Amino acid sequence: MKIKLTVQPGTTDQVKTGHWREIHYPIIDHEKCIGCDLCAKICPEGICFPTSKKNSQGKIFYENDLDYCKGCSLCAEICPVKCITMKEEFK
Amino acid sequence: MLKILEGSRAIAETINACKPGVISAYPITPQTHIVEELAKMKADGEAGYEYIRAESEFAAASIVLGSLATGIRSYTATSSQGLLLMTEVIYNIAGMRLPLVMTCANRAVSAPINIWNDQQDAVTMRDSGWLLWFGETNQEVCDLHILAYKIAEKLQLPVMVNLDGFILTHVVEPVAVETTEKIKKFLPAYQPTEILDVNNPLTLGAFATPTHYFEIREELHDDIVASKAVMKKEMADFKKIFSRDLALVEYYGDKKAETVLVAMGSVLGTIKDAVDEIQENNKTKKQKNKIGVLKIVSLRPWPEEEILTALKDAKNIAVIDKSISLGTEGILATEIKRTIGDSKNITSFIVGLGGRDVTKEMIKHIYKLADKNQEKAVFVSK
Repeated sequence: MKIKLTVQPGTTDQVKTGHWREIHYPIIDHEKCIGCDLCAKICPEGICFPTSKKNSQGKIFYENDLDYCKGCSLCAEICPVKCITMKEEFK
Repeated sequence: MLKILEGSRAIAETINACKPGVISAYPITPQTHIVEELAKMKADGEAGYEYIRAESEFAAASIVLGSLATGIRSYTATSSQGLLLMTEVIYNIAGMRLPLVMTCANRAVSAPINIWNDQQDAVTMRDSGWLLWFGETNQEVCDLHILAYKIAEKLQLPVMVNLDGFILTHVVEPVAVETTEKIKKFLPAYQPTEILDVNNPLTLGAFATPTHYFEIREELHDDIVASKAVMKKEMADFKKIFSRDLALVEYYGDKKAETVLVAMGSVLGTIKDAVDEIQENNKTKKQKNKIGVLKIVSLRPWPEEEILTALKDAKNIAVIDKSISLGTEGILATEIKRTIGDSKNITSFIVGLGGRDVTKEMIKHIYKLADKNQEKAVFVSK
C-alpha cells in the first residue's frame, strides 16, 4: 500500500466544490446588508462570512465564497432585509 | 495439544491466543457461540481485550472499524443477515485498509428465514475488497485465523475466515489450539503505520474526488492480487512453526483425473469420501475413469495459476456451489469458467441451499452428470 489514505485537518478546502452548483448563485447587496449574521448561521457549507469592511450604514457587511457555495438559497430566504438575491448562472 | 472442542469454542480460544485488544459483536441470532465464548473468557478473567456488545451488526462492525483506526488489533464474528447488515461497513473497512479479522459462520440469507448452512452470505461480499478464505475442518479454520492476522496486518487488508455454520461451528472434534507463546513466534504485535489519535488529528475515510478515487481503488485491486504471493510465503512459515499445512488450493485424488470436482468448505469431506467410493467402484468394474477433487481455500485472492495447474489434465469439471448468483449460476463456477475458458466441459452444480444435506449419493450423481456438457446451473436437491 503506497497511497496515503489519511488527510490532514483543515484540508477539505483544497477541493473546490462550487462547480456542483446547478442553477443559481447568491449576490449580496453590501449596501443593504445589516451584518446580522443569519446567513452565516444558516449556510450548510459555512461559507457566508463577515468582511472587515463597513458600508455607509456603518454595518460590517457579509460576503460568500462561491468556490464552495452550492446555490441552495437558504441565505436569501433567511435574510431579514432581503439583501441577498439568487441570480441565474451561465457556465 | 489436541483438545476435544466445539468448533466455535476452538475458534474463540484461538482468537484469545492471538491477543486482540478489542472485540465487538452483536450477541443475538444469527450469531454463533464464538463471541459467546469470547464474552465468557472476558467475564472469567481469562482475556485482556475490551469486549463491547453492540446494538446491531452494523454497530459491531463500526466499533471494530474505529478500534482498528486507532491501531488496535480487533475481531468480530457474524453470519447470514448479520453480515448483510454489516455490508456498508464491510466495504468501508476494506476501503480504509483496516486489517480486521472476522469470522463468518456461513449460513443462508432471508427470505424465507433460514439460518441453516450455505455460503450465500460470504460470497455476497466477493467484491468488497476483503480476502475471503474457506476452511474445510475446524483445525484448518483455526489455523487460517492465525494466518489471517499475519496477512491482514502485513498488507493492510481485511480477512474474512469462513466456516460452514452448524456443520463446523457446532461440531465437536479434536483441534490443536495454539498457545500465545507459539503464535507470537509467527505473529508479531500489530504495528500500524498511521493511527487516529486526538493529539495528532487526522481524517481517515474522507471523500476522494474523481481525481484520486480511481487510483485508490486500483491499488486495492493490485494489493489483493499481490497478496497471493505473500500468503504462499506465510503459509510456508506457518508450517515451520506449527507443523501443519495450509494452502490456497488443495488437490485430492488421481493427478491425471478426467473428472474433477471443485468446491469450498466442509462439503469437501463428503466429496472426498464419495470420490474414494467412486474410485473403488470404478476399479472393481475395471473402468479407467479417474476422478479428482480440487478444494478452493482462497476465493480472494483468486489462485488463478494454481487452479490452472491443478485442472490442466481434466476434461470434465463439476463445480459444486452452496450459493448462487441468482439468474446465472454458482459463484465459484463463474470464477472457474473465467479462469479455464471454453476448452473444457465445466458444469455448475448447486447443492445444500438453506441447510439441505449434501450426501455422498448426491456427489455420485453429480459425477455422473459431469460429462453431460450442460450450459445451465444444475440444482441437485436429493
